[in-house]
Amino acid sequence: MFIVIVGSGRVGSAVAKRALDAGHEVSVLDSDPLSHERLDKDQSTTWEDAGGRFTVGTALEVDALIEAGVAEADVFLAATSGDNTNLVIAQIAQRRFRVPRVVVRVADPGRAAWYAQQGLQTICPTQVAIDQATNVALAP
Amino acid sequence: MYTIIAGAGKVGWNLARELIAKEREVTLIESDHARFRVVEEELEHAVEYGDATELWVLERAGIQRADLVIAVTGDDEDNILISQVAKEKYGVQRIVARVNNPRNLQHFRLLGVQPAVSATDLILRLIEHEVPEYGLIQLLALEEEHLEIIEVEVARGSLAAGRRVQDVPLPDGSLIISVLRGGAGFVPKGDTVIEPGDQVLLILDPGLESEITPQFAPAGASARY
Repeated sequence: MFIVIVGSGRVGSAVAKRALDAGHEVSVLDSDPLSHERLDKDQSTTWEDAGGRFTVGTALEVDALIEAGVAEADVFLAATSGDNTNLVIAQIAQRRFRVPRVVVRVADPGRAAWYAQQGLQTICPTQVAIDQATNVALAP
Repeated sequence: MYTIIAGAGKVGWNLARELIAKEREVTLIESDHARFRVVEEELEHAVEYGDATELWVLERAGIQRADLVIAVTGDDEDNILISQVAKEKYGVQRIVARVNNPRNLQHFRLLGVQPAVSATDLILRLIEHEVPEYGLIQLLALEEEHLEIIEVEVARGSLAAGRRVQDVPLPDGSLIISVLRGGAGFVPKGDTVIEPGDQVLLILDPGLESEITPQFAPAGASARY
């Protein structure tokens, strides 16, 4: 599969490395050139030598998304640090570029739940933490 | 008519002021605490502190009964989100969103956020309208004396190009006073021939520009005023 990941933070870079290891084609887009370092960390070769792609650009700029390969993507993961940026670009990937599988990271449980109802595949780390913390705290 | 405005920047604050002056019920939402305190000094309970892209903040402001939501924060993605949620989740009838970067207008359209207002676009269009096509520059306006001096460029193929100054048809109340050619200016006489590429200075009664510029514009072009 060809996977486009926007946001090379802790989540985005880790998913990117796993996907590449699993034999997928991976392209990462981030506005910060230094974020590339996360993709090389703990790896024996550089990200590019391992076969990965990296584009520097702003997520809302359509040209940057296209350069990263959104038009050909099988999977699109929106994992920048901004919930609203993620929700907007995920909808762009879904409605404009018809990416078959779109996954969005949304930190705010309220927005994550509502957009999930609207048909977006949302991942809410906060909700996961809430559930786990509650389970552990209230364990008999 | 209850209005919620997201973003208490220059646009949001002044909008709130005007609506309040018209005795409309308004809640302004601002996420920056320092800014909130400044605006609160004036608007008191009409401004609330919080991130308007969080659903509970919108609900606290009473979005369920809002007739109009105006999203004018400095971030386009926030304005899109606020408008989308207002319209699709809370069924707000009317929304207005501000587009900060005109390049993002396509995203507002794609996600059904309309009307989307781009101040940058509006200003560009106004300027385009105000700046005539043929490089007319207003050099001096003597309002009291009711006179102005303009500079126009002589286009190749225009009526004035190749003509003597005395033969250029100009309306009463206007006069060619100087010709700039090859970096130097001189005062022409009646038999000075105007060349394409010259810059011509005219003194005129204000309002005659539209009758003057066609003589210097390329053949077939029409003046835009």
